[in-house]
Amino acid sequence: MTTLAPPAVRVKEPTAAGRGRSGSVAWMALPALLMFIAFGVIPLLGVLGLSFTTWDGLGTIHVTGLTSWKAELKDPELPHSLWVTFKIMILSWLVQTPISILIGVFLASFKRYRGLLAVLYFIPLLLSSVAISITYKALLDPNFGLGTGLGIGFLNQDWLGSSTLAIWVLVFVVSWQYIPFHSLIYQGAVRQIPTSMLEAAQIDGAGRMRQFFSITLPQIKYTIITSSTLMVVGSLTFFDLIYVLTAGGPGDSTRALALEMYRKGFMANLMGPASAIAVILVLVGLLLAQLLRRLGGRGDESQLEGA
Amino acid sequence: MAAIDTSAPARKGTTPLGRLLRLNWLGGSFAWLWLVVVMVPIYWIVITSVKTSENYFFTNSMLPPKEITFENYKLVFQNDIVHYFLNSVIVSVGAVVPAVGISFMAAYAIVRGAGNRWLRAMNTLFLLGLAIPLQAVIIPVYLIIIRLKLYDTLLAIILPSIAFAIPLSVLVLSNFVRDVPRELFESMRMDGATEWGTLWRLAFPLTRPALVTVTIYNALGIWNGFLLPLVLTQSPDKRTIPLALVSFQGQFQVNVPAIAAAVTLTTLPILLLYAIGRRQLLSGLTAGFGK
Repeated sequence: MTTLAPPAVRVKEPTAAGRGRSGSVAWMALPALLMFIAFGVIPLLGVLGLSFTTWDGLGTIHVTGLTSWKAELKDPELPHSLWVTFKIMILSWLVQTPISILIGVFLASFKRYRGLLAVLYFIPLLLSSVAISITYKALLDPNFGLGTGLGIGFLNQDWLGSSTLAIWVLVFVVSWQYIPFHSLIYQGAVRQIPTSMLEAAQIDGAGRMRQFFSITLPQIKYTIITSSTLMVVGSLTFFDLIYVLTAGGPGDSTRALALEMYRKGFMANLMGPASAIAVILVLVGLLLAQLLRRLGGRGDESQLEGA
Repeated sequence: MAAIDTSAPARKGTTPLGRLLRLNWLGGSFAWLWLVVVMVPIYWIVITSVKTSENYFFTNSMLPPKEITFENYKLVFQNDIVHYFLNSVIVSVGAVVPAVGISFMAAYAIVRGAGNRWLRAMNTLFLLGLAIPLQAVIIPVYLIIIRLKLYDTLLAIILPSIAFAIPLSVLVLSNFVRDVPRELFESMRMDGATEWGTLWRLAFPLTRPALVTVTIYNALGIWNGFLLPLVLTQSPDKRTIPLALVSFQGQFQVNVPAIAAAVTLTTLPILLLYAIGRRQLLSGLTAGFGK
């Protein structure tokens, strides 16, 4: 077999080549389609169906109409877990975005150690949330952890024992895990800004701040939307991290939606209400994704034309 | 402040773009500071793993030990880590190979059969599938696995892992198959090659970099997966690495160096793979986002 580099030529119109004989290739898509229907589409419809049933996870499933929904919507844990979810989402967005943009712009303009930095930055993304959580749990020990070792008294708090601090620990660990990734995305975006625009701005005498806010930021607008969508929608599914690091505690102060669903379903054996939470999770995710897309403005204007 | 000095000699390490952006000290200090933040836990876990458990509570947690011990690693090996490791290998390979294979076939069909409206509909379905989080469908997946009598087997983890790897794999791979010049497909057809033959002899070698990227990316996600093993298995001998780590944590309790050794040991293979395939992964991911 030859090892050719992927050709640079792009064929934009994919039609004619396949037309007429498409019947002979369609079968190749079948295995993927069937697999995805069996474990993706059917479960998605199934979770909606199960939210109208009563099931303990073992015995028979009884269709009970709105019973599970009524029970779930009355449970004060639902608004609480929604609140926790949004708190983690917003705080981690607020922490990650400015730092990622700053580092991204820096990496784009700094060549010497960029390769090395990119390699090291990528490491947190390779580790499992479980390994990261276990590490931080030990590292944040108020008596034998980071604070004592470095001799910094501020770090010697009972991080995971206080409900206000625990949520910040989650936000920090999330940032630790994902800031490098978002920085790399921003770095790629900044490198695509046409140099002519920056030159023009400098000739016009724009200062460093002005240049950042009038050119760099508007030029990476779509990347900000993409990165924010990944952050926001991704934060709905934080499960491993919370499960291992705080288990939702202390009390229920970090019990986000995904964990609440797991507890209801697999610990309290209330699969009906748990399915209702799962449906809410999907709806919130779709809603947020749409919202962010709207925020991105009319998709028809080209990013290169500038705002 | 606003002086234009394009004639100024290039500052070391700065790109032309960097001069235009005027290398900012704020971003610079954040980048290096964040590097320290990223490295501290990694440094800590490695030095802690070679401390003796008796000494751990009496030494400074941020300083390496005076004498290195591998007792903790021995303890981890005595606790079946090799078995859990093999489970993770079986699950990862068993899921990634078929997932990438069928995704590649689907991507090929989508590009080659672009006129077919069923294939177009299927492509849309996969795109929508990108938005389905695994957490949201875990309950029905659990139900399906029970009904298939697969509960508490490694196959129970493998099947949903394959399905959830498909949407992104198809998206990335079809972008790359689309880049294969049409003339090459035509000449294959002239030579009398079947679509199946073209898939393997033309599209496969030309999209190999993308296939490697997709394989690494999926393998990483499945290797580190926690929810599926947690919900779909229960016996200790079916544990994968993340589940084993959590149970070690419960078992070793205050023996922090042993936990550190377990974390280090289970992370090492990933770091090694990364060292080998990092160029592929980084460039592949950047290309994927650029499209």
